[in-house]
This record gives sequence, C-alpha cells and structure tokens, in this order.
Amino acid sequence: MVPIEYYLILSVVLFAMGAAGVLARRNALIIFMSIELMLNAANLAFVTFARQYGQLDGQVFVFFVIAAAAAEVAVGLALIVMIFRSKHSIDVDQMSSLRE
Amino acid sequence: MLFSEAMSTGFFNLAPLVVLFPGIGLLFNMVFGGRLPEKVVGWVASLAVGAAFVISILLAVSLSAIHGHAEIVSVTEWMSIGSLHLDWAFRVDTLSVAMMLMVSGVGTLIHIYAIGYMHEDVRFKGDPTRFQRFFVFMNLFIAMMMILVSGDNYLMLFVGWEGVGLCSFLLIGFWYDLDILGRPSLENAKAANKAFIANRIGDFGFLIASFLIFTYLGSLQFDLVFAEVEHVAQPVILTITLFMLLGVVGKSAQIPLFVWLPDAMAGPTPVSALIHAATMVTAGVYLVARSAPLYGTVPAAQEIVALIGAVTALFAATIAVAQYDIKRVLAYSTISQLGFMVAAVGMGAYAAGMFHLVMHAFFKALLFLSAGSVILGIERGYHAMSHGKKGHGFHHTDDEVFNPNDMRNMGGLKDRMPVTFWVYLAGTLALAGIPPFAGFWSKDEILLDASLHYPVVYWLLTAAAFMTAFYMGRQVWLVFFGKSRHEAAEKAEESPRIITAPLVILAGLSVLGGVLNLPHFHTLGHWLEYTLGELRISEFSWLMAGQATLIALFAIFLAWLLYGRREQAANEPDALKKLLGPAFVVFEHMYWIDEGYAAVFINRYKDLARFLAEVIDGRFWHDWLHDSVLAAGFGKLARFLADPVDLGLIDGIANGLADLTQWVASRLRRFQNGFVRSYALSVLLGVVLILGYLLFR
Repeated sequence: MVPIEYYLILSVVLFAMGAAGVLARRNALIIFMSIELMLNAANLAFVTFARQYGQLDGQVFVFFVIAAAAAEVAVGLALIVMIFRSKHSIDVDQMSSLRE
Repeated sequence: MLFSEAMSTGFFNLAPLVVLFPGIGLLFNMVFGGRLPEKVVGWVASLAVGAAFVISILLAVSLSAIHGHAEIVSVTEWMSIGSLHLDWAFRVDTLSVAMMLMVSGVGTLIHIYAIGYMHEDVRFKGDPTRFQRFFVFMNLFIAMMMILVSGDNYLMLFVGWEGVGLCSFLLIGFWYDLDILGRPSLENAKAANKAFIANRIGDFGFLIASFLIFTYLGSLQFDLVFAEVEHVAQPVILTITLFMLLGVVGKSAQIPLFVWLPDAMAGPTPVSALIHAATMVTAGVYLVARSAPLYGTVPAAQEIVALIGAVTALFAATIAVAQYDIKRVLAYSTISQLGFMVAAVGMGAYAAGMFHLVMHAFFKALLFLSAGSVILGIERGYHAMSHGKKGHGFHHTDDEVFNPNDMRNMGGLKDRMPVTFWVYLAGTLALAGIPPFAGFWSKDEILLDASLHYPVVYWLLTAAAFMTAFYMGRQVWLVFFGKSRHEAAEKAEESPRIITAPLVILAGLSVLGGVLNLPHFHTLGHWLEYTLGELRISEFSWLMAGQATLIALFAIFLAWLLYGRREQAANEPDALKKLLGPAFVVFEHMYWIDEGYAAVFINRYKDLARFLAEVIDGRFWHDWLHDSVLAAGFGKLARFLADPVDLGLIDGIANGLADLTQWVASRLRRFQNGFVRSYALSVLLGVVLILGYLLFR
C-alpha cells in the first residue's frame, strides 16, 4: 500500500509544474498543456482522497472535471486556431490588443 | 286716508329718504347717465333733490304738529366698540330741518339752473361727456350735506363733513385740465388741492374735538354729550370748542384758513353757488349752532368765535372792494357774510345767525347764479365776436388772453341781459341790507345783538356792512351800467329760460325771505327755540335799523360817485385806486396773504420735504445706508463667498477629487498591461494570498 503522502506530493509537484508552465511559457499550446497538467494534478488529489475515505464523491467529481476539460480544450484549440489565422502566431505576449 | 294717518303719527320715518333720494339719483346717473340725453340726466338729478325737498317739507310739517319736539330715526346700528355705541340715526329737529329745507330747496333750484348752465359750459370748454359726471357729483354733494345736517352724532356729522369736502374738491377741480377758456392748464387742479388741504387742517381740529368729546363726555351722540356738559371742567370744554373752531374756520372759510374759498371759484358757477356760497361753507356755522350747549358754557370760546367772525367779515370785505373777477368779489363777499354768521353764533345769537344763514343762501346763490348767467352771456358774445372776425374762428386758438369773468371786460349789460340784471339787482340790495330785502332783516338782527352785547364786534360788522354795500354797488355799476368795455360784452346775449327761471324764484326769495323772521314775530327764532332752548332775541330798534340803512345807502352813493357818475374807460385804472392809492393795491392783492402763507408755511414745508427727500431719503437712506452700508457690505460678502470660499474651497474639493481619481487611475492602469501571463501570475498570487490567509488566520 503506497502511503497517501506520496500521491499528494505527486499531485503538488504536477500542479507546480503546470503553474510554472502557464507563467513561464509563451506558446499558447504549451500553456494549454500546462493547464491540463494542473487540472489532472487536482484530479489526482480528488481520487486520492476518495480512496482514502472510501467515498465515491471525489471519483464522480473527477469525471466532471475531465468532461469540462475536454470541452475547454475544444473551445481553446478553436480560439488558438482563429488567433493563429489572424496573427500568424500563437505567442500569448502578442495577444495584448484588448489592453486598451 | 293714508296721508291723514301719517299726519297723526308724523312722517319721521321718511327722514332717511333725504339722503336716499339724492343717492338714488347719483347711482342712476352714474350707471345710465352716459347713454341718456343731457336733459334726462339733469332732470333726474334735479328731481332727486326736489324729492328730498318734499320730504324735508313733510318733516317740517310733522315737526310743527308735535310742537318741535326732536325726533330721532335710527336706521341701523353702526358700531359698538367698548363703551362707544353709535347708530346711523337721523335727528329731526327744528335746526336740522331748517338746514335740510335750505339745502334741498336752494339745491333743487341750482340743479335746474345747472342743466342749462352746464349744457353751455361743457360745449364752451369742449368736452360734453362731463355733463353726466357733474350731476353725479352734485347729487353726491346733496346726499353728503344731508348726512351732515341730519346726523344724530358727531361722527355721522363728520362723515357728511368729509363727504362735502370731497365733493367740493371734485367740483372745484371739475375742469381739472382746462382753464376758463378751455385751454390746457393745471390751475383748477391746484385750486382743488388748496381747498382740500386747507379743509384738512380744519378737519384735524374737528377730529381732535370729537376725540376729546368722547374721552371726557363719554359719547358722541348729541343728547348724551350735551347732558354731560355740566359735569365736565371748563378748561376741557374750552379746549374742545377751540379745536372745533379750527374745523369751523376751515369749512366756513374764516381767518386764518379762508384762503381756499376765493380759489374755489375755479369750479363751475353752480358749484360756487351751491357749495361755496349757500350750503357747504355754512356747515361751520351749523356746527357751532348744533354745539350750542358746549359753547354756551364757555364765554371765552364764544368771544373768540365772535371776534374771528367779525374780523373775517371786515377783512374779507376790504379785499372784495378791489377785485376785478366778478366771482372773486362774490367769493370774498361770501367769506365776509360767513363772518357775520360766525360772529352771530359766537355771540350766542343763534336765531340771528341761522336766519342770516338761510337768507344768505337765497341771495348769494342768486348772485352767483346770476354772475354765471353774466359769464355765459359774455362767453356767447365772445363766441359771436370771434365767429364774426374770422368767419369760422374757434375761440381756443385766439391769442388774446380774454377773461370772461373780468368785470373790466363788461359794462352796459343792463339792456342786453335784462332778466339777469333785475335779479342781480335784487340780490345786491338784499346783500347790501336795504329794506325790505331779505338781507336787511337778518343782518340787522346780528348788528342789533352785537350792539347790545359786544360793541367791538358791532363796530367791525358795521364797517364790514358799509364795505359790503360799496363793493356790491361797484359791481353792479361796473357790470350792468355804462358802456361796454369789450366787444364780447357788446354782443352778450340773455340766457335761456331754464337758467333765468331759477334766478327769478331765488330773486323772489331774496326779496321776501325776510318774512321768515320778521321783528316782533320771530317765526324762525321761536322755531329754533324748540331745539336750542330759550334764545336771546333782541327787539327791533328803529334807530339801529335806520342807521344801518343809511350807512348802506351812503356806501352805494359812494360807489355811484366813483363808478356810476362818470363812465369807466376800458384801460383806465380803477376809480377807487386813484382815491386810495397803495391801500387799494394791498386789497387787490388780498394783503398778500397767499404769498405770506407761502413764505411762512408752504415754502418751509416744501423745504422740509425737500430736506427729507434729498438729505434723509436720498443722501442718508439711499446713498449712505443702501449704497455704502448695505450694497457695499453685501458686495464684500459676495466677493468673499465667491473668491476664497467658492473658488478656493469648493472648487478645491471638487478639483482635488478629480485629480486624485486621475492619479489613482494612472497608477492602476499599469496592471492592465495586456499580458495574459501577468494576469495569470496575479491570479496565482491572489489564490496564494487567500489560501495563506485561510490557513494562518
């Protein structure tokens, strides 16, 4: 039996990697993948606690998160495609025209 | 049947009608007069006064049926304030009925005369629309005069007193914007103001007297007042009577307030006859007679009244001898004759005073109306003359200043205006005191009483009587005899019958009026005794009568010597002027009384008014207080509020807030840099902070 701390530490590491990716990278696709990483770190934490306390709530929640993430990816990729078509780039630092 | 029934109970309940009838007349003429022909307006007014005369006769008949006992007809309560209870009550006694008969009787004749007179006058002056207004005013006057003589208390008397003063003002200023020839002028309006203001001084005295009467005698109702007189100290009564005397000298034009009456001749001639000769000016005499119980207790007041009357009589008579205006001679004559009456009632000879009052009403109304007829005749002559000269000429455009009242323009009217001449002669002889004309009997009674009780007054009045006969003789010779001194007089025409008919009736009264109070019978005297108590009636004296007649005849003879024997040429100075020299000039200018009053009172008053207007009101009140203190102070306050407070503080707060907001915004907009990753970092930091807070709180 792997102790619960190991799962949680993995979850934290994954989340930290995702957050660092979102903040540090400029490529929209990389940022997207980093967000997925953070979501799945959260999912990991959910299922960990669900198994720990023998309840199904966490498992159910993970399904919803995955479904929402899939929908988000669909919208997000569509946006990235449209941005690329107009700007010929997917560098998020160049997407600052809403500033003013 | 009804009549006989009324005879037994008396007609006293009809008393209010003497006021009501003229009131109805005036309302009728006021409302419908503008749309009705002149004749109707005039006759309605005359009939209203005539009806009042009929009522007065009925009252007199009823009164004699109950032996002159005073009857009080109360119409309604007037006011009840504290201990003051006053009714609108008419007092029907022998004194008031005598006045009512005189006022309405002479008034009716003058109204009828005025129909003819005003018909011509409004056309000569060029404004026929004023015909109606004239009769409205005249009826109002009669109504007010009736209130004056029939009121049962001093306040009601005062209402009438003020009312007739108002009518006098309205009628003196009847041609307020035109002069005697119908040219624009303000002289008449000024004369009206003068009369009103002079009367106001007198009214002030009357008011004070009324206040004192109420304070010390506890009532204003005649009977109650007179019953109290004995219980009040003499000095109080003296004060009351002297203040009342101020009212008398104002209304009856005695020294020192007589100056308004000569100027009052600016009114149309019927007004001069009715108001300024026969009725209103006698109100003062009536007031003294009515207040006889008051005056009776203070001999000092009586003496002052008698002396004022006698001095006025002589003083005014001397002025009358040197006047050229036919109406002004009569005006001063009126003042002089009023002096006789005031002297008589002052001496306590109430019967003689009232007798002279009534006789004077007859012959002075006659003289004024005849003078009016003369003036109309001259105006007609003038009209004919200017028509003859220019073909179409209109007198208003004539450059020559022609005065139709000036006796120097007359002469020789005897043959051209025969009716007017004969009635004028009757009036003259009555005024001069030639027996058996009316004025002889009444004047003789006054002189007789004076000779027995007040020698000084007697001598003054005798001198005045001499002057009276002289100036009337002068007038008759200047106006009616000799050659015409002006073309207008040559072309003068007699007046129509509506004018001459009242003259003839008045002439009859002037000739025969004396029978009212013949010596030995003393009808009027005994009639008044019912009201005034036992009167002092002096018995006729052949010596006195003969003396007075001789004096009058001598004066007329003198007048003939100066004016009748040799013809007066047009531009020649007055014959009397050659004889008297400077004295004549003094008389001619009325002793410069008007100028003296102007110098002593009026100009001082104007100075005071100017001082108040310019210095107090202008410089102090407006310039200093308003401009320097109020306006400047307010300006300073406003500037303070505008500059430091509004611009500094209020604007500072408002602008400061705006600046602050902008500064904050300029700081905050740095966060809005458009980089998604910096937003994400903010979110992360926010989450960390919140979680940290939740963990470590």
